[in-house]
Amino acid sequence: MEVFKPTNAAQLKDAIAACVSNERAVDVRGLGTKSGLGRPVASSLVLDTSALKGGIDYQPEELVLSCGAATPMRDILLLLEQRAQMLAFEPPDLAPLYGGEVGGGTIGGALAANLGGPRRVKIGSARDHFLGFSAVSGRAEAFKGGGKVVKNVTGYDLPKLMAGSMGTLAVFDTVTVKVMPAPPKSRTVLAFGLTPDEAVAVLADALNSPWEVSGAAYLPAATAAHSAVDHVKNAGASVTAIRVEGTSVSVTARCEALRNALPDKAGQEELHSMRSKIFWEEVRDVRALLPADAALWRVSLAATKAPDLAAALPDSAYYFDWGGGLVWLAMADAKVAAYAEALRGAMGQGHATLMRASDAARKAVPVFEPLSAPVMALTRGLKTQFDPSGILNPGRMYEGV
Amino acid sequence: MLVMPAPDRGILARRESIVAALRAIVPGDGVIDSEIGRRPFECDGLAMYRQLPMVVVLPSTVEQVAAILKYCHAEGIKVVPRGAGTGLSGGALPLEDGVLLGMSKFNKVLEIDYTNRCARVQPGVTNLGISNAVAHAGFYYAPDPSSQIACTIGGNVAENSGGVHCLKYGLTTNNVLGVEMVTMDGTVVRLGGKHMDAGGYDLLGLVVGSEGLLGVVTEVTVRILRKPQTARGALIGFPTVEDGGNCVAQIIAEGIIPGGIEMMDKPAIHAAEAFAKAGYPLDAQSLLIVELDGPQAECDELIATVGRIAKENNATSIRISENEEERLRFWAGRKSAFPAVGRISPDYVCMDGTVPRKKLAEVLTRIGQLGDKHGLRVANVFHAGDGNLHPLILFDANKDGELAAAEALGADILRLCVEVGGVLTGEHGVGIEKRDLMPSMFDETDLAHQLRVKCAFDPEGLLNPGKVFPQLHRCAEMGRMHVQRGAIPFPDLPRF
Repeated sequence: MEVFKPTNAAQLKDAIAACVSNERAVDVRGLGTKSGLGRPVASSLVLDTSALKGGIDYQPEELVLSCGAATPMRDILLLLEQRAQMLAFEPPDLAPLYGGEVGGGTIGGALAANLGGPRRVKIGSARDHFLGFSAVSGRAEAFKGGGKVVKNVTGYDLPKLMAGSMGTLAVFDTVTVKVMPAPPKSRTVLAFGLTPDEAVAVLADALNSPWEVSGAAYLPAATAAHSAVDHVKNAGASVTAIRVEGTSVSVTARCEALRNALPDKAGQEELHSMRSKIFWEEVRDVRALLPADAALWRVSLAATKAPDLAAALPDSAYYFDWGGGLVWLAMADAKVAAYAEALRGAMGQGHATLMRASDAARKAVPVFEPLSAPVMALTRGLKTQFDPSGILNPGRMYEGV
Repeated sequence: MLVMPAPDRGILARRESIVAALRAIVPGDGVIDSEIGRRPFECDGLAMYRQLPMVVVLPSTVEQVAAILKYCHAEGIKVVPRGAGTGLSGGALPLEDGVLLGMSKFNKVLEIDYTNRCARVQPGVTNLGISNAVAHAGFYYAPDPSSQIACTIGGNVAENSGGVHCLKYGLTTNNVLGVEMVTMDGTVVRLGGKHMDAGGYDLLGLVVGSEGLLGVVTEVTVRILRKPQTARGALIGFPTVEDGGNCVAQIIAEGIIPGGIEMMDKPAIHAAEAFAKAGYPLDAQSLLIVELDGPQAECDELIATVGRIAKENNATSIRISENEEERLRFWAGRKSAFPAVGRISPDYVCMDGTVPRKKLAEVLTRIGQLGDKHGLRVANVFHAGDGNLHPLILFDANKDGELAAAEALGADILRLCVEVGGVLTGEHGVGIEKRDLMPSMFDETDLAHQLRVKCAFDPEGLLNPGKVFPQLHRCAEMGRMHVQRGAIPFPDLPRF
């Protein structure tokens, strides 16, 4: 295995130029914490971007932060915490899902994978907070997109194209993200013993209330039992969870209103501060709640379809986030190939990603949702425009892309 | 002077047969070729530029849109899409040899799904029309450009429109879940839907804000939100622009993201007050309207904090709204700022740039100096929370040279925005207005990568040409890679 490890933008450009001129496909990675995500890339050459880090330009009052793309996420989160700010999209810490350490990963990797946490329902995903970047495309040309201010519509929104492109179009050198004030208090209302259908209705009511709900999850009893939070772990029943964030006065009033709106039959509890924080980290990061050795699916769908999906795969462990709009589902690796079609059929309009599975399983079924013919044609067109030699993470998302 | 792509004489010579072909696709009154009928389409909200289109076509089904585009694609005819024509950057300016494709007949709300918090609408539905359709259930659509009574959601998607509530609720791109659109070759493409994360490349994110250059949107799925429980406003006057700017910075630094923070400078305050009699403090050099929306308990608590912060930043007057009537009165002046300015000047042009907020005072001072240099007055209103400026340049088009001076001043102001670390446009789009300024923000390689997106969607460059990009490159020429084949040493490249 040969490794290129550029330490600055000029070297990044040289590295990609070398790949182009030698017609060598390259496996682009930062800290490698998500290398198990996507289709297996066949390459004997690694472009290690981990040295493209630091150079942090953080302006809390402007709500923007720029830095080298491989700056470790933990450094950024620590810095933001000191100024009572946050990345509002709650980047999930998925490294442990693939055997990595807790708190691994880079800001560039989080953006390239476009993953958002529970606050997605209120504030959007990584793509909604990605303001600008500099990068080198598969043409070995350095270019920039977006800007360094929070409001910008100048030219095409290239940060959106890059978010979620998994390093198949260009390799980031620097990135700029929008940051937000961190709410002083987090509280979670729990309702026990609801069925999936009842829970989705309760969560929809909560999300449709004026109480600015920033988390809406449903854990069936078996999943809830894995939580480290006592009220959840010991529930002995399904747990429906609704989070509000804000000042102390505000969260107290909103929790009360949300509790009053719950169905009579549901038992209730409230999680405050630390317990609320830990619970939503579990929901965000998946690993604590679902079996460690199972294959994992992440399904984005219309919230009302979530109960059908869960019912269609009775021997899978699962939970809902985003009020049902996101289903995390674990199944035995051996069943992935047989169940993939049923899963994609039951979700209706949506997007199912096989987040973790053996290489064999990820070769056997489409890891990312198969695209319609016209969308696939545009996808291939963009790949050809940005990476005509097909050297950047070829096949990571789709065959030939 | 604005240069548009040279008209194709061959196309113009075939005008009659083109009109006939379009009539075969869109029967009845959907094809307009008379001069008097085309006249209303000659400009959009940037009315200083006008051009009669070759022909106007108003389809009413996606099949017709697909057939029109397929025909134009095959025949090499340029197409300019148009929503309500309220855009302020000239994105819908017709072409002499182009078909103007108006989407006004797509005016139906197709589905409202409260459980999944979204609405599926046709692109010709007005921005406010969406909010009105869900208002009875206590919902609304968040982005609220000032033209919301007239502008359509299709145009909002094209321009990635904003409004006064962007800092908290995002622009159009953050509030759209899916679109159906037709690409230039007549292919119908569906992107996204009711689900929050779409797979593959974020083509939806790319299409929003693409200014009608990538496809014609025929259906939009938008997020709808529950109306906030309450909203409270503060009207704050400051002795200097710096104090107002500092107040905004401190509000955000203390963790408050208001629903809206609007700022006006002295000329804008006076024009608005004369027009709307909103009770604005005429001695103030800058005026802030801070609006908090959300749960009652939170708004009550935070509006008091805003009052305290205002005092700490030398506010000379602070009024906090105690009821809805008072809150709306605070807004009355700001919302009528454009017509108010129209009353004190025969013509005005509204600019749109974003700057880092800490540069506000410096930028306003320099805008004043630039105005003096060009001999024109400028009134400033802006979305202070996100640093989005709207300088209003006052001029008289009937006076020799004033239009040219206004254009030159506008360009200077936007170049200033870029110079201090900002961008050319925060919410109005590039269109033709800022097209030739793009190189001040993006170098040739940056622009080439944007054009590559265009090449993936419309390689012949037939959809809305002459907008956004200063130079038209042929996609086939751009396809070449200038990389030497064979081993290149790259001595500085660390290898392992």
